[in-house]
Amino acid sequence: MGKTIAEKIFDVHLVDQPFGEVNVLRLDRVFCHEITTPTAIQDLVARGRDRVFDPDKIKAVIDHVTPAKDTKTARQGKILRDWARRHGITDFFDIGRNGVCHAIFPEKGFVRPGFVIIMGDSHTCTHGAFGAFAAGVGTTDLEVGILKGVCAFKKPDTLKIEIIGTLRPGVFAKDVILEVIRQITVNGATNQVIEFCGPVVDVMSMEARMTLSNMAVEAGATSGICLPDKVTVDYLWPFIKDDYPDKKAALDDFSRFQPDADAVYAARKTIDVSDLPPLTTFGYKPDNVKPVSDMAGTPVDQVYIGSCTNGRIEDLRTAARVVAGRKIADSVRAIVSPATPDVFSRALEEGLIKIFMDAGFCVTNPTCGACLGMSNGVLASGEVAAATTNRNFNGRMGKGGMVHLMSPATAAATALTGTITNSHLFEK
Amino acid sequence: MTSFSGTALCLNRSDINTDEIIPARYLTEIEKTAMGPHLMEDLELEGFDPKQDLQGIGVLVAKQNFGCGSSREHAPWALEANGIHVVIAESFARIFYQNMFNCGMLAITLDKKQIDRLFEAAGTSPLHVAVDVDTNKIQVTAGKDTWTIPFTLTGFEKALVKTGGWVGYADRNY
Repeated sequence: MGKTIAEKIFDVHLVDQPFGEVNVLRLDRVFCHEITTPTAIQDLVARGRDRVFDPDKIKAVIDHVTPAKDTKTARQGKILRDWARRHGITDFFDIGRNGVCHAIFPEKGFVRPGFVIIMGDSHTCTHGAFGAFAAGVGTTDLEVGILKGVCAFKKPDTLKIEIIGTLRPGVFAKDVILEVIRQITVNGATNQVIEFCGPVVDVMSMEARMTLSNMAVEAGATSGICLPDKVTVDYLWPFIKDDYPDKKAALDDFSRFQPDADAVYAARKTIDVSDLPPLTTFGYKPDNVKPVSDMAGTPVDQVYIGSCTNGRIEDLRTAARVVAGRKIADSVRAIVSPATPDVFSRALEEGLIKIFMDAGFCVTNPTCGACLGMSNGVLASGEVAAATTNRNFNGRMGKGGMVHLMSPATAAATALTGTITNSHLFEK
Repeated sequence: MTSFSGTALCLNRSDINTDEIIPARYLTEIEKTAMGPHLMEDLELEGFDPKQDLQGIGVLVAKQNFGCGSSREHAPWALEANGIHVVIAESFARIFYQNMFNCGMLAITLDKKQIDRLFEAAGTSPLHVAVDVDTNKIQVTAGKDTWTIPFTLTGFEKALVKTGGWVGYADRNY
């Protein structure tokens, strides 16, 4: 009987099957940030177990509130920083070198096909874009991961989602994943792993695949995995070139983590995106999705371009193409937050930052900040945001605030008019 | 072992997310107990007043997909700080569900019919729920009515509850 990609990854990481019903897996990576890790660190210290299973497999970043906004966030940063230093965790990214975790860790080459990765952050599923099994966990799972290098998961029932057709201009990975979530709903993949495949995914860049995998958890999925291929190898090549004689050898190696043709899936779904229009959300759930055209004219107070979903260089390029040579509407304030220092630096070199600033955008340092209403763009009660982020929960960007999720192109067009707007109107 | 009984509060909505259980603005706290006063303060539900309605509550009852969204274990901590060690629902989001057991607490899945009966009973009289992990039975009292609901836990989930959570279990076994 054939196996899915998640089953193959589980097979080579299995440490124990307590009660024959749960899989304790060996971890290749434990990623950490300053919101969910300090409590784990403090608990380990209190238990007299202040140790790490392998400092080279642990990567840490201060990203949620950075630079610190008050003494409490400064304390969280300090606990993480001191811990990284005393355990020799050399891949620790502090102010000036820090970026949004799910953007900076892939960018640094820390993810490989077939890896098992956990982090105390629900959007850890992003790393599935590389053909890894990556799952968000709570602080206790994180704590055990740090100490023992293991984590327990149920059998990885897999939902295969094949994306077919051709995307129209102005329609992006963000629109595709919003359509997936609309169709399967916010708990349509709970306790399942999504395998994204099909010709549309095959031609997506790694950045676009990360957008796709990032929001798998918004449908309840444990992880959202894209199949490793030539695109994956090309992206990773600078980090793996010493491990393989050539790219073909790397691709052959990664083919261990391809699903079998006769793999058994919990469910299969095919979505033809040929006629898919740009989408956005209404309401407070990520499956409340409508065409932008149905929402056109809805006024917004703030536009936010950034986050682990859409703060990468491709996203900034797309938004800048819409914005170039134009001004944002007087009624709106617009924020762009490059997800990593490298994205920021490339955006500077390519002239994108100038385009945003000339248009009237505020450019912030890399941080998660506004996406979850912690800093750098929190909404006032009654305000509405158009955002390239991943959650439109009630009050997510600030108590009493409302968020419409959309692609960077749609967000950029929305900044220009002050109302939800299709980017087609600004195509050159 | 932790007490798994108490007066139950029914929250009549699906998809109650962890931002609603504990808003992100309190994630700058490090001590688990600091979450206590802020449990569900942003949850907008008709007739629900978190300050009043959570007083003396030991058990929550909800509909589908309880605890969706953020992985924050601050959600179970906020419940624990308020003496709530049991959540019963039609279904749970995976991370929240696992976090409850990892903390040595209970998330129990019941079918819609059983959940509906709990909601119905709570509409007329205070609902008391006592969970027996050894016999896999929930004893419900509502006014003069009493009934028993069987439930299932995996052996692993039961072991986590009995040993007080995943850190203790993992430290002994791995």
